[in-house]
Amino acid sequence: MSKKFDFKTIKRLIKNITKNYKIQLIIVLVLVILSSLANVSSSLFMERLVDNYITPMLNIENPDFIPLIKALLTMCCIYIIGIVSTYVYNRIMVFVGQGTLRNIRNELFAKMQKLPIRYFDTHLNGDIMSHYTNDIDTLRELISRGIPQTLSLFITVVASFIAMLITNIYLSILVVIMGILMLITTKKIASKSSKYFMKQQETIGMVDGYIEEMMSGQKVIKVFNYEEEAKKRFKKINTELYEDSKNANSYANILMPSLANLGNLLYVFIAIVGGILLINGWGNMTLGIIVAFVNLSKSFTMPIAQLSQQINLIIMAIAGAKRIFELMDEEPEVDDGYVTLVNAEINNGKIKETKKYTGKWAWKHQHHDGRLEYIELKGYIEMHDVDFGYEDNKLVLHDVSLYAKPGQKIAFVGATGAGKTTITNLINRFYDIEDGKIRYDGININKIKKADLRRSLGMVLQDVNLFTGTIAENIAYGKEKATQKEIVAAAKLANADDFIKLLPQGYNTMVDGSGSNLSQGQKQLISIARAAINNPPVMILDEATSSIDTRTEKIVQDGMDKLMEGRTVLVIAHRLSTVRNSKAIIVLDHGRIIERGEHDYLIAQKGMYYQLYTGAFELE
Amino acid sequence: MLKKLLKSVRDFKTVSILTPVFMAIEVFMEIAIPFLLSILIDNGIANGDTKQIAIIGAMLIIAATLSLVFGVSSGKLAAKASSGFAKNLREDIYNKIQDFSFFNIDKFSTSSLVTRLTTDVTNVQQAYMMVIRAAVRAPITILFSIIMSFIIDVRIGIIYLVATPILGFLLIFIANYVRPIFKKVFNQIDYLNCVVQENVRAIRVVKSFVTEDKEIGKFNKISDEIYQNFSRAEKILAFNSPIMQIMIYTCLTLISYFGAKFIVAGSLTTGELTSLFSYIMQMLNSLMLLSMVFVMITMAWESGQRIVEVLEEEPDLKNKENPIYDVKNGKIEFKNVGFSYVKDKKKEVLKKINLTINSGETVGIIGGTGDGKSSLVNLIPRLYDVTSGEVKVAGINVKDYDLKTLRDQVSMVLQKNELFSGTIKDNIRWGNLQATDEEIVEVCKLAQADEFITGFPDGYDTKIEQGGANVSGGQKQRLCIARALLKKPKILILDDSTSAVDTKTDSLIRKAFREKIPDTTKIIIAQRISSVQDADKIVVMSNGRIQAVGKHEELLKTNKIYKEIYTSQTKGSEANEQKV
Repeated sequence: MSKKFDFKTIKRLIKNITKNYKIQLIIVLVLVILSSLANVSSSLFMERLVDNYITPMLNIENPDFIPLIKALLTMCCIYIIGIVSTYVYNRIMVFVGQGTLRNIRNELFAKMQKLPIRYFDTHLNGDIMSHYTNDIDTLRELISRGIPQTLSLFITVVASFIAMLITNIYLSILVVIMGILMLITTKKIASKSSKYFMKQQETIGMVDGYIEEMMSGQKVIKVFNYEEEAKKRFKKINTELYEDSKNANSYANILMPSLANLGNLLYVFIAIVGGILLINGWGNMTLGIIVAFVNLSKSFTMPIAQLSQQINLIIMAIAGAKRIFELMDEEPEVDDGYVTLVNAEINNGKIKETKKYTGKWAWKHQHHDGRLEYIELKGYIEMHDVDFGYEDNKLVLHDVSLYAKPGQKIAFVGATGAGKTTITNLINRFYDIEDGKIRYDGININKIKKADLRRSLGMVLQDVNLFTGTIAENIAYGKEKATQKEIVAAAKLANADDFIKLLPQGYNTMVDGSGSNLSQGQKQLISIARAAINNPPVMILDEATSSIDTRTEKIVQDGMDKLMEGRTVLVIAHRLSTVRNSKAIIVLDHGRIIERGEHDYLIAQKGMYYQLYTGAFELE
Repeated sequence: MLKKLLKSVRDFKTVSILTPVFMAIEVFMEIAIPFLLSILIDNGIANGDTKQIAIIGAMLIIAATLSLVFGVSSGKLAAKASSGFAKNLREDIYNKIQDFSFFNIDKFSTSSLVTRLTTDVTNVQQAYMMVIRAAVRAPITILFSIIMSFIIDVRIGIIYLVATPILGFLLIFIANYVRPIFKKVFNQIDYLNCVVQENVRAIRVVKSFVTEDKEIGKFNKISDEIYQNFSRAEKILAFNSPIMQIMIYTCLTLISYFGAKFIVAGSLTTGELTSLFSYIMQMLNSLMLLSMVFVMITMAWESGQRIVEVLEEEPDLKNKENPIYDVKNGKIEFKNVGFSYVKDKKKEVLKKINLTINSGETVGIIGGTGDGKSSLVNLIPRLYDVTSGEVKVAGINVKDYDLKTLRDQVSMVLQKNELFSGTIKDNIRWGNLQATDEEIVEVCKLAQADEFITGFPDGYDTKIEQGGANVSGGQKQRLCIARALLKKPKILILDDSTSAVDTKTDSLIRKAFREKIPDTTKIIIAQRISSVQDADKIVVMSNGRIQAVGKHEELLKTNKIYKEIYTSQTKGSEANEQKV
């Protein structure tokens, strides 16, 4: 980490806080000043207490307490102002702090939803997550605790120092010398401490990684009697973490006592130096000044010690803010499509736009010359000479041309990395092509609004991701107003109804995001039901049945075939028995189409497909 | 709970005790300084006695230096004690998990175990450090301060004695009040993180179903709830500072007034008044600290409880007394076996299983998802215990064997298999840490893995990335088989472990088994009929029961399910399939 503060991030962070709470923050600032001033005037009063009120009363027969009582009453008023200010600013800061955090949180999430798939593919999930867990946490600490505290401490320090200067210049010089010493100490210790904290952070990452790996492989460890070796290895990295944690905390822990006790030393020096000055009659020293100075020095050094505690907090928060802003600055997914999807009524080939659900859709194409055209959604997909690479200069698809006519089932076959999934990524525009053209019902997909394009494509992916909620909610995920009847019908179609009914609460059984209480095959069935409920005109199945046994798969397949009758289906499967009845099978190898045709034709060709089919090549 | 947690302090007991002791010395010095200072002011400065100033001044400097030294050492010791405690705690949890049976592992999810080992331990570590430092420091400071005030002036001491409990009560009342709100907030934050995680993982689903707005709505709702609750808690905490100030200012005003009176009356000195002012500050600051510690501890309490849950979990599989350390052969018998994952007879996933497998036989198991194939084989190396009936290996109940011996002799390739970061050689050696390089190459040849391994630039020293991301599915499976073979087991179980291997290699592996390890009993669970059709015995499972046992041709004629599976895989291409 650079030693200098990252002022750009600080500025932006402040701007973020002030954006919605300008007036509140000005009020807070005023109140903090009032509160700190009340605090300092209390110390100043102590000074006058001895010299102005007590000393004059000494050795007098009937001392007059009225001036003292009057002064105390004045102080009480000041105290009340201080107390009220403290309460009000604390109260306002709650809303400012929590409100700002909520805004940042919401903005971050909304932004994340708009990022292109590429962002998620190139960043580790854990890394994205830590924006919400670690980074926002550090900000919370800073905003709700750090800022008002730092402000108030800072004002107290400054006010105390001014009060000292007014009271006595000589003792003030002593304080300045000590102050510099304290600053040097802080800088030295804090820089060591933050260095070790960074190291600790790294080691924690490593230990977390190791634990994560071992815990997920725990069953393998048991099967191989590997427990002792696993313990031994863990002990090693655990000790490493201990060392780093010990060092980091050591430095953090000694900062406060060091500064507090330097403060104590200052306290002692003031008394001694003050005493010497007084005895020798130098510098207009009085007993009251010494007493006041001793107190003032406390209100000067204590905040410095406390401020030092905030340094780590601030450094970490700035690092967190920087990461948050980085994510917010990512380029969002661009969408300049203007062709939209509408419900349609079709009479004698004439298409009429309608609001209600008709089971038919049309593309509403507003041409640049003002012409409005409706094109029926049929699911005709063409790719012409498509080139694509995830990274520059590294093409994974070369010259891919293909078409899927409405109602056809097209299968993609090939080894891992051959480019099957990439093709589907391009059709729904998770990624945009580099060269060539993709048309959907004759329209260039770049012209179609992304949301509408994706709504017209049903996707079932190999890795099933469910959302915390009931099974019914998960099936109805893409269809807000689905009825129970529709949900059950979709589940039946996916052959999921049987096992769902056997679950403790049937369709209302809760599942968590990883679906840990369901088997992989069951999750795949739910995922198929989830896609089927939308009744999409085009369906993309990417290894959708890989974890389902062949017998169940057959039943699901039949259901799907019935559902998708007259619609376009793109299938990726490594179990070739599932794609046998496709209209066309496209065999990919290293991003190029090497064979295409029906099953029987390809078998007769005795090419790559034949070898794959007969098991001579591995697919994965 | 505390007792259980504190057991892990162990070798850091001394430093844990020394921390508060050193801390106490520091506090004592801090208390002594104002007292000495009052003498310095009254006897030295007020009287203009240079000698007094010199003597007491020197004592003060020594006291301040001692305070510095002990304060710093105590901070260092606290860091050592708490980091050490955390280290031991992590190790204890980790080692405990190593003793878990599959049943125990299933009970805790992987991610919850990871959280316990990381976040929860960190929380406890922080709280522990707070306790041995602040929780000791604050009461001592308060106690000493009150004693000293009483020594100086009993009447003013009484003001402290009244003020302290009032403030203490108020602060603890507030902390207690916000505790349940905080608990709720942290649960909500957990849920918020869960929503984010689901969204990050399932971003493709979100985008392809165009549900971004729905998800944003979901997120904002929880985010709002967190805002509401957090604000509620902090609104109450906002009372802390003003209450504190009320107490300080009240005490200061009272002391100023009475102090002035007593000084005028001659029963108090100026110097004593100064020290009284310092004591009140120290005392009230300590109370504030104490209330902070209180909040910290309540937050860490949850974590502590979660850790203890793991530490107290009893491994449900244990060695019998005088276990048997020798597995004679690879014969397996299931006698009337019933099994349930939740130990509930009504929820049995295996029912009335009777099966005998002779030593050296090759047995195939076929059936649908959830039909109980994996559950059945899991009972052989005693990964789970039967709910009823018994499983015998070499004629002896598996419960009578030493667990380690049994699992060394029954080698299993799990369905969900894992490779670990390290080289290929490291991974294979899991099967036998003492294996020579030649032995490793031999088993890899057997598993048909040698060819692709030697094809890698670094051969057997090729690094495997976490989760085996840099080898293909079929390669990973073959490495896992090799790893299991290295144990030279009497029984080898492959739980759907060749699904990604091409059929040709698959049959080569089986051929190698037949020729090279004929005496080993081989059990193969598979989806593909071709993987089992040449087995000595094929077991067809359905709904937790054995439907039929027989040879391929036999089952094809007599068993409906088997025939269905067979046709589902070969329909319309029997001619091609048979050419293989």
